Parts: sequence; structure tokens; C-alpha cells
Amino acid sequence: MKKVLEGSMAISESVRIAEPRVISAYPITPQTHIVEHLSQMVADGNLKAEFVMVESEHTAASVCLGASACGVRSYTSTASQGLLYMSEVIYNIAGMRLPVVITIANRAVSAPINIWNDMQDSMALRDAGAIQLYAENNQEAYDMHIQAYKIAENKDVMLPVMVCVDGFVLTHTFEVVETIDEVERVREYLPPLNMEYKLDVDNPYSFGTLGEPSVYMESRFNLANAVNNSKKVIVSAAQEYKDMFGKFHGALIDTYKTDDAETIIVAMGSILGTIKDVVDELRESGKKIGVLKVRSFRPFPEEEIVAALEDAGNVIVIEKAISLGKGGILSQEIRDVLYKHRINSINVNGYVLGLGGRDITPKNIIDLIEKAKTDENMDGEFFGLNSFIEQGNISNIGD
Amino acid sequence: MLTKEDTHKELFTMGHTGCSGCAQSMAVKLILEVLGKNTIATTATGCLEVFSTRYPESSWRIPWIHSLFENSAAVASGIEAALKITGRKNGTTVLAQGGDGGTADIGLQALSGMFERGHDVLYVCYDNGAYMNTGYQRSGLTPFDAYTTTSPSGKQSFGNSRPKKYMPQIAMAHRIPYTAVASAGYPVDLQKKIKKAASITGPKYVQIDVPCTPGWKYEPRYSVKIARLAVQTGLYPLFEAEYDKIISVKKISKKVPVEEYLKLQGRFKHLFKDEAGRMEIEKIQKIADENIVKFGLL
Ligand SMILES: Cc1ncc(C[n+]2csc(CCOP(=O)(O)OP(=O)(O)O)c2C)c(N)n1
Ligand SMILES: [Mg+2]
Repeated sequence: MKKVLEGSMAISESVRIAEPRVISAYPITPQTHIVEHLSQMVADGNLKAEFVMVESEHTAASVCLGASACGVRSYTSTASQGLLYMSEVIYNIAGMRLPVVITIANRAVSAPINIWNDMQDSMALRDAGAIQLYAENNQEAYDMHIQAYKIAENKDVMLPVMVCVDGFVLTHTFEVVETIDEVERVREYLPPLNMEYKLDVDNPYSFGTLGEPSVYMESRFNLANAVNNSKKVIVSAAQEYKDMFGKFHGALIDTYKTDDAETIIVAMGSILGTIKDVVDELRESGKKIGVLKVRSFRPFPEEEIVAALEDAGNVIVIEKAISLGKGGILSQEIRDVLYKHRINSINVNGYVLGLGGRDITPKNIIDLIEKAKTDENMDGEFFGLNSFIEQGNISNIGD
Repeated sequence: MLTKEDTHKELFTMGHTGCSGCAQSMAVKLILEVLGKNTIATTATGCLEVFSTRYPESSWRIPWIHSLFENSAAVASGIEAALKITGRKNGTTVLAQGGDGGTADIGLQALSGMFERGHDVLYVCYDNGAYMNTGYQRSGLTPFDAYTTTSPSGKQSFGNSRPKKYMPQIAMAHRIPYTAVASAGYPVDLQKKIKKAASITGPKYVQIDVPCTPGWKYEPRYSVKIARLAVQTGLYPLFEAEYDKIISVKKISKKVPVEEYLKLQGRFKHLFKDEAGRMEIEKIQKIADENIVKFGLL
């Protein structure tokens, strides 16, 4: 059914229909509406789950870990400081191969404290062994959560999945979202969780044992393979979803007008909508430009990205996070896979925009495309700074 | 006498790498004897987890999970929630375990949350008075004047400068239905308390004094003796509480001077050097005397 839904409501609806049995969370802006909606659903009897309202994110993730180890579908959600606080547990969930789904309402990281959107929080967790998917709009956020459980619980995967949605931009925005109304059809797509190994008094196993140097590497090797092998599962989950529910937003990546493009803009999340509008406009004036959407950041879709970019002369990476002391994160990885495939003819310019909720306007993107014409191999250059900083008048920043 | 085969049938089996004389492993065995097979256990990072589950071996013949240092109570909360919602509770005891550090220091927040939310979880704190797994560093439950590697004695120091924190009273302040303090030196009393705890629905806290041979620096054969002396001196009062009221205390027949307890342990050796040390022992005697009055031990 088509409804006008706030992003957080769309996500909660999607989680509801995926039927997790244990939900645990701790409030943090801009994730709060999601957990509020879910608690209300439980309170109203519209979702049969234990809602464990905890004293911290560390515990929220730990509750999900414990429940998941019992073979029970679990869900949590957080952002920013909350994600950093639960990061220790996320590494642990991944290492123990537990299929917990975690929504990240992407938000900047302190200091200075800032509640608005960027992607520094989830980027900080990119090496944890959790799958990371990024949604472009509320419809995709809705569809992605159901797919996330399908991916997480696949026998060859068994990993946590972080569904990353831009805080406020998506979580607090109302859009038309088409929801699935028959739980039976979702169950057909996403059968009940049936874990081979779980905490069970009739069949006792030990979980989380000490891995000495003789076995630790093998365990991490298996984990690394599981993350890499999840690529095909992400693809089939998107395909099957399309076949059953008619919605498709790309699998590992998605391309927009890239076929003959000389310039391709690469980005993740909600900013893609604005970029596509700009591209449409530029296409009208004859510019050969397209867009590459990275939907799965972990696993990183190396082959797909190379195939999409190899014929372009210029690549512009727009990202809302930075590896301080190095530069762009997404741009660095794009450059790395191109180099690995012996493609060194592409000028990859990476820019950092929109940190801490700074608006990225269509004009910014047009200006950036213009600037990139003469730039070479920019590595996470800040774009869209206020002029007082450019003038070196940093003392104004406290205002 | 137990044969090797017998111990293989126990729920916490032999073959682990705990030190000889390890009172913590004794307590675990006693607990599982009472709780039986219908138990799911969590364990915080610490000695117990390390010495009982060196992959691919495990001493646990019940479903067992270790996650991190500070989240034993939180993981147990998740297990309990999962069993409840799926109708699999069936009298299963969810046992959460942690050392004194994993309980009273880094895990205190998660423990408080578990109490507050009222999970049906039995939490057991194995109190050996320091971070033993990492090599005898001080914790919030290290006793006054004990030497640890991070509260060393020296020209300017008599060891740990602060008294042990009243962890059982912190548990009681949550008004949970049952709190108890037990000792590896009193197995019958310990098992009685575990049995009672298991019969109560809701959050339970049991703290057990478990002497540690390498950390406290004494010969392995003295583990039980030292545990008993801790009780008989009044330094480790054993009691039970329901909600915030103490309902029973283990009386001591006659007061033993704290010196008897201290002198067996290398961690208090520095108190026996000179007159200044003597005065410190008097301070420890005062702690014991106050406990005797406060808990009505005599
Ligand atoms: C977050 C975190 N900090 C520190 C450690 C290191 N560490 C592991 S066990 C331990 C001490 C355990 O002490 P306690 O809880 O008293 O248990 P014991 O080993 O004494 O039985 C420490 C400090 C860790 N594993 N995780
Ligand atoms: Mg300890």
C-alpha cells in the first residue's frame, strides 16, 4: 500500500514486517523516532517482540548479541556517539557470526557535538566485519531492511548488517513509500531464522571461546571470506526482492546514465537524489555525465565499480566523511580498485562535503563539477566551506 | 573420592587450565552441581573464560557464551528476553558470571541495567579482589592495603589506599528480590544460596569470595583455609538479603584476629615489616570489627 511516511516510520514498518523477536535500543538523535515507533508497535500488540529498553548502546548491542546467539531474530538501531559506543560489540557480533540487523541513522561525530547528518559514524565501523548498505531514499530504506535480514541470515553469510540511512534527510522526511501488507509474502521471502548453532540446553555449545594464535587467523580468514562471499547474496536478495515485490534500487551498486558518460559522480545515500537532478540538467545541455551509486560499501563491490567506471575519463567522488590524516575514504578505495585493475587513465577527484549537516545544494554540485575539470587527483578536499575559514579567520568558528 | 571419569561427567569438567588451588573454578563446579543442565551461562572476559575455553576445548557442558569484559549481564538479558518471547524459558536458569572487575568496575552499568529491568537472571560475581587475568591489577573490590601491581606497596604506600566497595549493598539498592554473599570456603552455604537464588524469579546477585593463589600469593593448599579465615575474622561477612533487607547472616563462633588471615598472604607481606605496618593492620582490624557489629556476626 502506498502511504506518506516519515523515514523513521517507514523503517519501523519494515522492521515490523520482518518480525524480529528481540529489539533493544537506546535513544540518540536522529534515530529516536525509529525506536519510539517500534516501542509503540510492541505496546499496541502490532509487533510480537521483547522490547528491551536499556541503559546504553553497548548493552543494546549486547542484548541483541545474546538473543541472536539463542537463534532469535534481533534488531537494534543507533547513530554517531551511540555507534562508536557499541562498536566493540559490533566487532564481537561479526566475529561470532550473528545475523543482527542494525539501522544507522547517519550522524556526525563529536567534537564539536553536532546532531546533523554525515557518514563519519558508520565509516568508522567499516572494518568491523559487518555488512554496510546505504539507502538513497525512504522507499529503499524500507526495502533494504527486509533484504538485510535475508542477507544476514543466509547460511553462507551469517553476519550483522548495518543499514545506513542519512539522519534527518531520510529519517525525518516524509515521502511516499509503498509498504508490503501481507506478512505471509514477506515470510515467503524471509523464512523464519533457523540457526545451526545456538544456545540451546538440549544441545550445548560454547560460544566466544579463546582463540589462541594457532586458530585466531583461521577464524578471521573465515570471517573475511564470509564478508566477501556475501556479495552474491546481496545481489540475489535484491533480485529476488524485485521478482516478488517489484522494487529494485540496485544490488551492490547502481548506475544512472553512465553508458556514454565521460564524467561519473560517485556517492552514497540520500545525496544521490540531488546529484541525479543535476545530471539530468547537464545532460539536457549535452554534457556526458552519469552517476554511480555505491549501495554496498562493505563488501566493497570492486568488479562492479571498475566495470562501471573504466570508460570514463573523470570520476568525482562526493563523500560525507574523511579519514583524517589521509583524505577521502570512498575516493581512496575507488582509486585503489582502479589501480589494482591497471587503470590509471582516470582522473579521480575526491571531495568532502556536507559534514555535520551542511547543506549540499544543486549549485554546489554544479560548481564542483566545474572545479573538477581543472583539479587533479584531489584526495578528500573540503568543498563548501564558509568563507571566513578560507580567509583564515578561524576564531569565528565558536559563534 | 572422585575419579577422573566422574569429573568428566560434571557440567564443568576437568581439563581446564585454571591454577591449582583456584577457588573460582571450585565455585563454578559447586554452582553447576546445583543448577543442573537446564542452564545457559554467560561469562565476562577474565580468568574463568580464558582457562575454561581454549578453542577447540571447553569445560562447559551447558550452553555457554563469552562476549566481552563488561557485558555479561547485558548478554544474559538478551538471552532471557529471547527465551521469554519464544516460549523456551521452561525453567531454564540464565546464569551471568563475571569477575570482580567485570562486575563492580567496567560491568557495573550493564549489571545495574539488568537489575533495573528485572530480568530473570542469576548474576554471580567471582570476587578474587583484583584483575587476575591481566596480572593482579587493582579493582574496586581490592581490599584495603592489599598489594597489587597497580596499587603497589612502597616507601610511600601500603598498597591499595581505599577500602573495598560495598558491591552487595549496591545490588540491594536496586531492590532486587535476592542478594547473597558466599565463600568458596563454605561450599554447603554457597550451594544453599545458589539453590535459593535459582528458585526466585527476577534478578539475583550472588557474590562469592574466591581466593587466588598467584594473586594473593599463598600456597595452593591454603585456598579454603584463607577463604574461611576471611569469614571468621569478619572481613568477608556472608549474608542474604531480600530486596533491601538483610534476612540472614552467617555467624562466627569466635572472632579471629585479622593478622591470622593477613599473614598467610604475600599481598599483605609489607604490613609485617615495621611499626607503621602494625598500625595499618590495626586499621584492617577496625574494618573487621565494624563488620562484626554492623552485620551482627558474633
Ligand atoms: C574493554 C576491556 N578492557 C580491558 C580488558 C582487559 N582485561 C581482560 S580481563 C581483565 C581483568 C579481569 O578481572 P576480573 O573481572 O576481576 O576477573 P578475574 O580475571 O580476576 O577473574 C582485564 C582488565 C578487556 N578485555 N576489555
Ligand atoms: Mg578478579
